[in-house]
Amino acid sequence: MGVGIEVTNLNAWYGTNHTLQDIQLHIPANHATALIGPSGCGKSTFVRCLNRMHETNPIARVTGSVRIGDIDIYQDASPVEIRRRVGMVFQRPNPFPTMSIYDNVASGLKLNGYSNKKHLDEIVERSLRNSALWDEVKDDLKKKSGASLSGGQQQRMCIARALAVDPEVLLMDEPASALDPVSTSKIEDLIFELKSQYTIVIVTHNMQQAARVAEKTGFFLNGRMVEFDSTHKIFTNPSDKRTEDYITGRFG
Amino acid sequence: MTRIRFQRSLDDLKEKLLVMAGLAEQAIQRAIEAYRVRDLSICDLVNRSEVAINRMEREIDQAALDLLAMEQPMAIDLRFILAVIKINSDLERVGDAAKSISNRVRTMESMAQAELPVDIPRMASLAANMVRKSLQAFIDGDAEIAQSVLSMDDAVDAMNRAAHRTMTEVMANDSHLAPQALNALMVCRSLERVADHATNIAEDVIFWVKGADVRHKASIEAAAKTAAKLQQ
Repeated sequence: MGVGIEVTNLNAWYGTNHTLQDIQLHIPANHATALIGPSGCGKSTFVRCLNRMHETNPIARVTGSVRIGDIDIYQDASPVEIRRRVGMVFQRPNPFPTMSIYDNVASGLKLNGYSNKKHLDEIVERSLRNSALWDEVKDDLKKKSGASLSGGQQQRMCIARALAVDPEVLLMDEPASALDPVSTSKIEDLIFELKSQYTIVIVTHNMQQAARVAEKTGFFLNGRMVEFDSTHKIFTNPSDKRTEDYITGRFG
Repeated sequence: MTRIRFQRSLDDLKEKLLVMAGLAEQAIQRAIEAYRVRDLSICDLVNRSEVAINRMEREIDQAALDLLAMEQPMAIDLRFILAVIKINSDLERVGDAAKSISNRVRTMESMAQAELPVDIPRMASLAANMVRKSLQAFIDGDAEIAQSVLSMDDAVDAMNRAAHRTMTEVMANDSHLAPQALNALMVCRSLERVADHATNIAEDVIFWVKGADVRHKASIEAAAKTAAKLQQ
């Protein structure tokens, strides 16, 4: 099951560039939360702070607190442990090209030391079913490489890979921006299904997508969280003029 | 400022609706005038404007539909387009009410004139004023003017109820005046509908400007109170 995320006084820098400023936010468990805002506003940096990926950049720095469930991810756990609990899906599908579909999905588990074949088979099947890909690939699991799938299938395979390690939170950074409308709609349906089991945070430039899949939406601008509210409120009657100007396309 | 083309399309849509509003307002004023002076030539003008109103209704709906499909409007733009679609429909019905009144004027032609205890000119003036104010609220995007229209509707409703009472009495006491009384009642009913459409327009303006849905507020609150009492 998913857990809630509590962000307090979060600040992030790339070198001297103060990219996130004083972010306070409660992301509810088992909901999809969308983050919107113009390019460079800090939304991708923000999600990368939720699984400690931001700090993989040598010039990056973070202060403040991020609690996922009852764990402060910067105090109570290692980055490796956090990335197991917080899965991530990127804009472009990133299959391991030389691995089969099966090995792509099982890779995270194998890295964590799983070797029980029967158990691995079960988890790979469950993850592919959860990512709505099983029926399309079940006959070619070990025959075909992950890179041989279509872009939309590759993205769902990457979601299966993220799900295989049984995370509580799933971060998605523009997961459908490189996909055609049919594949996009499959990913959106999937998000809708998955949020009963995981807490989902999705960064998107597609506001209709945010409106379709998320219950909560946050608007970022210049490294600050300008407004966070129910998606319905944000897209029909936002409180802040800057949010309204952005979503109506008056700037950005 | 971006989306210049979209903004221009929104301005065009507003302009089209204002043309429609002008036609509807003129139709109701002409119908009232036709009733007052019993002039069938004015009724012809009302009938002709109804065709133009119907054509405008279709044109505005199409333009609004195109914007919804092509531009995926959000927030205040989305509320504006939804308000336009609904106001468009209300204006078309104001046109229908004008035609209905002008039909009554034609019927009156074959009847003897009668002094009836009902102040139709006053009711007409109130209803026409509500239409004018609600459209002013739309032109200015002014929720306060719109709010003031809502409070005017009760007076028209009360006049309609009073007309119903007095005309029923006339029909009971003076059966030879029944056709005239019935005709007057139908005119009152049309005017009451015009006032209702003006109220709807004002509510849509408030929705557009403030994002607040004020429709049926009193009845919903009353129902909630009753439900709360029953639960106690």
